[in-house]
Amino acid sequence: MIDVNTKLTRRTLIRSMSAAGGMIIGFQVPGALAAVIAPKPWTTPTDGVEINAWLAIDADGTVTIRVPHTEQGQGGLTSVAMLIAEELDVPWDSIQTVFADMNRHVNYGEEYIVTTTHGSQLVRLQHPHLMQAGASARERLKEAAARAWGLDRAQITARQGVLSAGSRSAPYAEFAAQAGQITLAEEPAIKKNPDEWWLLGNSTPRIEVPLKVNGSAQYAIDTQVEGMVYAAVKSCPVPWGRLVSFDFDQVRDRPGVIAAVELEAVPGKTAFSDLQNGVAVVADTWYRAKTALDLMPIEWDFGSDAEVSSATQADTAHRLWEETGDVSNEVGGDTLGMIADSDRVITSEFHRPYETHARMEPINATVSITDERVDVWSPTQNQATPVMLVADQLGRDPRDVYVNTVFLGGAFGGNGGGNTAVTRQAAEIARQVGRPVKVIWSREEDITNDKQRPPVHTRLSAALGDNGLPNAFFSRAVWFTQNAAERIGPATADVAINTMPYQVPNRRHERHNVAAHIPTATHRGPGANQNGFIIEQFADELALAGDWDPLEWRIEMTKGLEPWQRVLLKLKEVAGFTTDLPRGQGMGVAVVEDHAAYCAACATVSVSRRGELRVEKVVLVHNSGYIVNPSGAIDQLEGSVCYELSHALYGGLNIQQGRVVNTNFDSYNLMRMPQAPEVEVHFALSQDGWWGGCGEPGGPPTPPAVANAIYFATGKRVRSTPIMRHDLSWS
Amino acid sequence: MAFKLTINGTDHEVDVEPETPLLWVLRDTVGLTGTKFGCGIAQCGACTVHLDGQPVRSCSTAAASAVGREITTIEGLSPDSSHPLQRAWVEHTVPQCGYCQSGQIMSAAALLSRNPNPSDSEIDAAMAGNLCRCGTYSRIRAAIHRAAEIAES
Ligand code: FES
Ligand code: FES
Repeated sequence: MIDVNTKLTRRTLIRSMSAAGGMIIGFQVPGALAAVIAPKPWTTPTDGVEINAWLAIDADGTVTIRVPHTEQGQGGLTSVAMLIAEELDVPWDSIQTVFADMNRHVNYGEEYIVTTTHGSQLVRLQHPHLMQAGASARERLKEAAARAWGLDRAQITARQGVLSAGSRSAPYAEFAAQAGQITLAEEPAIKKNPDEWWLLGNSTPRIEVPLKVNGSAQYAIDTQVEGMVYAAVKSCPVPWGRLVSFDFDQVRDRPGVIAAVELEAVPGKTAFSDLQNGVAVVADTWYRAKTALDLMPIEWDFGSDAEVSSATQADTAHRLWEETGDVSNEVGGDTLGMIADSDRVITSEFHRPYETHARMEPINATVSITDERVDVWSPTQNQATPVMLVADQLGRDPRDVYVNTVFLGGAFGGNGGGNTAVTRQAAEIARQVGRPVKVIWSREEDITNDKQRPPVHTRLSAALGDNGLPNAFFSRAVWFTQNAAERIGPATADVAINTMPYQVPNRRHERHNVAAHIPTATHRGPGANQNGFIIEQFADELALAGDWDPLEWRIEMTKGLEPWQRVLLKLKEVAGFTTDLPRGQGMGVAVVEDHAAYCAACATVSVSRRGELRVEKVVLVHNSGYIVNPSGAIDQLEGSVCYELSHALYGGLNIQQGRVVNTNFDSYNLMRMPQAPEVEVHFALSQDGWWGGCGEPGGPPTPPAVANAIYFATGKRVRSTPIMRHDLSWS
Repeated sequence: MAFKLTINGTDHEVDVEPETPLLWVLRDTVGLTGTKFGCGIAQCGACTVHLDGQPVRSCSTAAASAVGREITTIEGLSPDSSHPLQRAWVEHTVPQCGYCQSGQIMSAAALLSRNPNPSDSEIDAAMAGNLCRCGTYSRIRAAIHRAAEIAES
């Protein structure tokens, strides 16, 4: 055990409130030019004069930007800093970023407005107030200089960290203290037009990358606190089942074993972050804790949910296909009647199974409790949430609770506010054993007790008109979600169906939300992934039945919708899509709206006669309205292709006896390097006043583009995933 | 049982059960947390370190079996992030979440030391044991080629 933190955290974290009401904690990621990488970054204090909650300026001109969002690989640190620096107008190499203090945020006025990091929304939805923070600071600096120099604010220029008027000039730092005291009568406008930007729109390397090539980037799982012990936990493998008994005596004498702690669900509390019934073994190393836990006899009462399997859910779904569901969207006239009367009807049935987040960093959390304060390290997508969760679990004042923000080893929607039950588990176990505790879920526990991406079974029918285009379109989806509504309710279930761009005059979309015991949550591209796979293959089926080229069909069917036309016409220009390829080769297209962005994919595949599939290349055309960091956006779009292809080609949770059976990477397979396709990303930006996301929309169109390509290569339509389980052979 | 391990050129006296996976000795006993836990069953590569220059999955390597051998972790690859792979990784902004990248770099380093100029398919074969959930594979491939170039020049 290394003697790291307690001393350092005390010294650096407990700082008195400054004049401006700020207390600064966080961890430092050096600016572009800074050479020193702090080995335990969260202990590094930030210096300088606070102008507003978002930024402080040091005497040497260093601008410290406090980022209230997490960094999970999506580039948030960089884009937040860019948005503020754009308006503040300071050289990029004078910027350093720290994670903002969530204790301050939660307890003292929620100055950061939004702290969550999900839904591809950081730039899309938060850019106005982030830019405003920079613009406001800039104007206050100008005002301070104007007052000192006896001029009007309008006479002062603020550019690249220098205030000037005529022959006078001074660095921002000189007026930072005065600027911190100024209140503006009116907040300045932010720069809306990309022509005015000097930094936004330029590819900027993500600033934390150097920390991630030498092992120094600090993740929650790397937390070390003096006196810390480790816990391994098992919650009931059939979610919400009961713990009947465990026999700690069998393992208590094993080396290093300290305690066993029972964890109890609170009846009626089934939120993302609530405790589930389970047991933890605590030891002086995690390996000892985990080994003892595996050896400890545990008896569970699985309850009737133990009868549920993937097959029983499919039976339920197929039965419900025959029953009217809730209507989520209806357009035009009697869609069902028109389909019944038509002699050109296409019907198709699709299925996507449960998927798991499997972020590479297994779920974990560390909590340290003293009389004066509680410290939390948790890989959560909303750093503010653990303040309240831990205060609640321990019965402490939230003002005593500090969240030490660290990097996330992936998250993908699975580490929402409470980050599963682990944050409460760590708090509860630390309280009971009276020592700082790090809880780590084994990979098996992580997959078994993740909040899964929900499965869907969908049947669609459409009737074609004389021009070969559909004039009536019907879908009936059956979803299995926890409590039938919570967390992944109708809104997600209807993504990419209700927003389907195809201008069919008569449409009816129905859904059944079936309550299932398996907890579900958002998952990168929620709803859009499942529905995109379904709608975009069905679109190809309709196009081909009507004798249309699939790409021309989409262009025709989205006429008048500017963002779609822009991406589809660009795709046509860059992807070289053709249906005229020899057997065994195929190209496919798909386009999905997700998180207010429009993304089209063109996939090229080859399939051997024996059915061996190779995804050669995926071309994406993306329209998110605007882009602030093109290289960062490309990283995300490229990554999403592999991410979502993993599920479509290899994934799929197998549910037997009420639980997930494939709980590690030997049975829940993900894409590996030899299977990774070449990815080419193009932008076709509307720049029309609306902003879309970049972190998720690249995923959803990829699998249907691949499936459509497989159809052209083999003549076989793949209506469920994982695709690799289908026989793709041809002759 | 107490025994001595040589990690990044420094001797460490550790007192653990001999079958304890090297991964946990590195992380929990010695405090080198750059080596990551991903699966515990030799399926993801996040825990890759070198034993006498050979890549091994430390989650599935008994600590006692490393006695008398040179253990190299990501922290010991270079003192200042100057290894050609680390430079190429920064140049190509390979890491996203970064969690898998210690393992990726250690697998790649072992590849380059036995094959200074690998082809795409040699890279694929050597790197197939390292999962990246963020999907940085094409960047990794490009960065390995770039590192080969840097090492040559
Ligand atoms: S943790 Fe060792 S291979 Fe996954
Ligand atoms: S960079 Fe996130 S898992 Fe590889």
